[in-house]
Amino acid sequence: MDMNEPRASADSVPRWEHFPHGSDVGVRGLGLAPATAFEQAALALTAAVTSAQVEASEQVEVSCQAPDLELLFVEWLNSVIYEMAVRRMLFACFSVRIEGARLEGTLCGEPVDVARHAPACEPKGATYGSLKVAPDAGGIWSAACVVDV
Amino acid sequence: MTPDRLTKVDETTWRIEPSGPMRVPAIIYADETLIRDMDDKVGEQAANVASLPGIVQACYVMPDAHWGYGFPIGGVAAFDPEQGGVVSAGGVGFDISCGVRTMRTGFSVADVLPVQRALADALYRDIPAGVGSRSAITLNSSEMDEMLACGAGWAVARGWGEPQDLERIEDGGRIADAEPDAVSDRAKHRQSREMGTLGSGNHYLEAQVVAEIFDEAAAAAFGLRKSDVVVAIHCGSRGLGHQVATDFAKDMVVAAQASEIALPDRELACAPIKSEVGRRYLGAMRAAMNCALANREILGHYARGVFQHFFPGCELSLLFDVSHNTCKVESHVVDGKRRELFVHRKGATRAFGPGRDSLPPALRPIGQPVFIGGSMGTASYILVGEKSAEAKAFASACHGAGRALSRHAALRQWSGRQIIDELAAQGVMIRSPSSRGVAEEAPGAYKDVSAVVVAAEAAGLARRVARLKPLICIKG
Repeated sequence: MDMNEPRASADSVPRWEHFPHGSDVGVRGLGLAPATAFEQAALALTAAVTSAQVEASEQVEVSCQAPDLELLFVEWLNSVIYEMAVRRMLFACFSVRIEGARLEGTLCGEPVDVARHAPACEPKGATYGSLKVAPDAGGIWSAACVVDV
Repeated sequence: MTPDRLTKVDETTWRIEPSGPMRVPAIIYADETLIRDMDDKVGEQAANVASLPGIVQACYVMPDAHWGYGFPIGGVAAFDPEQGGVVSAGGVGFDISCGVRTMRTGFSVADVLPVQRALADALYRDIPAGVGSRSAITLNSSEMDEMLACGAGWAVARGWGEPQDLERIEDGGRIADAEPDAVSDRAKHRQSREMGTLGSGNHYLEAQVVAEIFDEAAAAAFGLRKSDVVVAIHCGSRGLGHQVATDFAKDMVVAAQASEIALPDRELACAPIKSEVGRRYLGAMRAAMNCALANREILGHYARGVFQHFFPGCELSLLFDVSHNTCKVESHVVDGKRRELFVHRKGATRAFGPGRDSLPPALRPIGQPVFIGGSMGTASYILVGEKSAEAKAFASACHGAGRALSRHAALRQWSGRQIIDELAAQGVMIRSPSSRGVAEEAPGAYKDVSAVVVAAEAAGLARRVARLKPLICIKG
């Protein structure tokens, strides 16, 4: 087993975590279904930017598609990164629906408040580095990749 | 990385011999200490790059290399389109044309110290930095396309820069054959309010003092004297470049499969240079390079405005502006024959030695300035390209100190407040919207930049001209 990979049990999910990378940051979401793991990974993305609380005052809808679940995960995070960039927002909660190759997502957040959020870094894009979306033997789904910051 | 697995050629040259799918060796330029500090993944990634179609001579790894995305950061690889060569979005990186410009103030540290604090505050106020910062410039569709086609010249034409800057920018400030139409609407939208912004992470604007001169002749040619103050700006193509990389990484996964290119990892997604996706990426990437050149020109203009407030008449003349995340068509001699190659430099600086026609006349006899960024508290260096770098690594050198610790590890070790206070005690004023961001970029999270440049010099990649010490650092 990769030392960087989590050991999870059903009562320890959903949750997210960061894993170390040389210059960037690894994000990983864990849940009982791929959609939950995707939502948790997006929370890890927000936490890479700010340690402050983010309010869920505005809602944004996104959709994306990809030929497999791993590429769909990267598309999902890149959709979130795009909305963060063009709307200058941070997101506090995420809802993901996956049907086949298509994902519909709802992001809730607020405009960046530099003084309050003190953003530490700017996500540039989700990469195929350390990309893995798979269940473990206990049925816990993990969705992870490196985000360039 | 364990040196035992490498073939030692000399004190600063190590080879990973071709094996398995590798078409050429990987050659690492570093001393043994730097090699031992490199992650094993640097070697794995270099070996993977060496397996790509059409690679010429070797995959080269610079002394500051660290684990990247697909290609190692600090990686150089040239591909021949006539040999099925490829272009890779991961071989350029997400921050297309990220680079450094250095401007001479004409003032000494004794002139600047009395106003250091006020100057730091004014730079922090006038240079949009970090997530959530706002640009004063909004581009419509036609302005965007013009900027993407014309680069720094576009900025100068609108009054954000000086005409004499252009000859001191790589390629005269304008990358030819850019194709704004190949840049997605999403990428353009992402950039529409980001011109003239610094970004965050390891990007910075610094006022630096020349602390030591190593090569008097080169320093004189560069217009540098001990105790002079210069301004260095490190940033790239902002959201547009990030989105171009995102868009084409996805397209290249499909293109590699369609071209039956066996990828050891999807991170290495690439497309034949002579393919539709390859051509479109090159057009979009060159447009993103123009975006970066325009962006640094605008930031330089803002810095001039601040300095002129404190020092009326101050010109901030541009020494040079060079990128370190690029893929460029260059002419190089391989096995005695001159060939047109697509040279990927990811976290590696072009380092032309003397005599290159593309250098401005004033620099042609001495060689191209190479800027090695520091890490807030530590030194930066100005090097000069060596002729020997041509054969060693397609005229390339390192670009910075290179990270030694992950952001995660840095956060566990330092607080932003602690770093800001410690640096203030050393005479370095940090201005940043994010204390956590400062901690993640702590000087201790980087390798010893002096060891990196000594290794680069010993390897014959570039020669030290000057060491610079920061006085003011604006971080995003």
